[in-house]
Amino acid sequence: MISFASFPVQPERASEYARHFPDDDDHMDLDDGDFEAGGSKITWPGETITSSQLYMRGHGTYVENEEVVASVAGTIERVNKLITVRAIRTKYNPEVGDLVVGRITEVQPRRWKVDANSRQDAVLMLSSVNLPGGVQRRKLESDELQMRNFFEEGDLLVAEVQAFFADGAMSLHTRSLKYGKLRNGQLVTIPPILVRRLKSHFITLPCGVDLILGLNGYIWFIDDSTRTAISRVANIIQVLASHFVPLTDTLLLEAYEWTVENDTDAKGLLSEDVGDALVATITARG
Amino acid sequence: MGSRVEILNDGGFRSDGRRQYELRDMTIDLSQQGVADGSAIITHGLTQVLVSVFGPREAKMRSQTMHDRANINVEVSVAAFSTGERRKRSRGDKRILEMAATIKSTFEPVVQTSLYPRSQIDIFVQVLQQDGGLLQACINGTTLALANAGIPLLDFVCAVTGGVHSTSPMLDLTLLEENDIPHVTVAVMPKTGKVTLVTMETRLHVERFEEIFRLAGEAGKVIHAEIKGAVRERTSRLVGAMGSGPRAGGGEDDAMDEY
Repeated sequence: MISFASFPVQPERASEYARHFPDDDDHMDLDDGDFEAGGSKITWPGETITSSQLYMRGHGTYVENEEVVASVAGTIERVNKLITVRAIRTKYNPEVGDLVVGRITEVQPRRWKVDANSRQDAVLMLSSVNLPGGVQRRKLESDELQMRNFFEEGDLLVAEVQAFFADGAMSLHTRSLKYGKLRNGQLVTIPPILVRRLKSHFITLPCGVDLILGLNGYIWFIDDSTRTAISRVANIIQVLASHFVPLTDTLLLEAYEWTVENDTDAKGLLSEDVGDALVATITARG
Repeated sequence: MGSRVEILNDGGFRSDGRRQYELRDMTIDLSQQGVADGSAIITHGLTQVLVSVFGPREAKMRSQTMHDRANINVEVSVAAFSTGERRKRSRGDKRILEMAATIKSTFEPVVQTSLYPRSQIDIFVQVLQQDGGLLQACINGTTLALANAGIPLLDFVCAVTGGVHSTSPMLDLTLLEENDIPHVTVAVMPKTGKVTLVTMETRLHVERFEEIFRLAGEAGKVIHAEIKGAVRERTSRLVGAMGSGPRAGGGEDDAMDEY
């Protein structure tokens, strides 16, 4: 007799191997008791769920020997006769109308390829973008040549799923002022299953942070005021250092107030005459 | 230790104190490793393997894109510190390439690649420690990592090594035993009992083969129970954390107790 003694030999758990569900309930119900009661039913690849004569197989399952068998680890869901298994961790499964955040991976003739955490790169057609500022695009050959001016490789964008191609790849569109290129922020990636569908995926937190929750698990943060403040201070320090002015806290504060008063943005500070003016003003005050 | 280690002594014990059919201790860690879509660290005794799975994702190489199914790409790397003697193996090492090809052909019939046309599934196997049963650890680790990545599988693939010392068959060989006796690695799908891999690098008497093959198939079921338990535990923990079901409901706790 074989014994595998290095870990306890587990008793045969027949109930677990053949998990048949009672087939006497025929009432229509979305969250049916048998599948949902007592915690969601968990399954894993190769586990028999039920008979295929009574139920239809959905995503995450396959049929073998007239049995519906799970092919992914996750929770069993049932809609009437349809049995699906929702994988607990998987790539993003797009649906039309979903808001996604993506990154341009490739520029092709009349289209961009976008990485959207899905099983294939999404496609953004040139015909489904609005020009910057919401201008309608006129169909010209010249803008086919200037596609990199709109989006180039590595750019991040927020878009909506428009349709699917025959092979399951998704087509995106940015034909709204809400959508388009993303700048000046930070991208955070999480498993897509953790992003719930909300009324709006554009969220403003009271602390002044704007976020875009892409349904594909890509989340974009924008905190405009903090970001401009940081870059302003950083550039003030650069300017002062280039004029060899010793730093003090009062000096920095004054310089900061000067930039705000003169409506100088962080980038403008780096131009020589603005920098000179700044240094002249604050050293005169000091 | 004497001048020569006894593979199986008169008392029926092997060099590491195990019985003939005893498997080594097995640990499984399914926690997230870096940015991988699914990963697993598995140990069989002193053999330890880390497998990371990426995908299905856009196939980066046009030539490998298939219009009706996903391409599986396996890369194996062996850490220089994984063996007793420190030794750097290059990526192009023939033995390593062969192992990658073996893992790929083991999983091609198991992964439902037809669901992901034009995609690519990358499997990166990193060997951290070696003490025999390397291929078995790689295959078991890959099964776990694929399941962890939510890639559809027909069943778990459970691999185990068997060998024969004179006339006595043994399971789950250590490096010392592998160097000395003929051995065979068998990978089974426990649900149907189908075998997806039988590989042998040494010569084995044909009359011994059947017995070892049968034993390895049965040992695969024991490994299956371990793999299943680990996947169930991880899945129920994630489902519990998401609160997608009634959380404190009896079902989940019962399932845990049962295991």
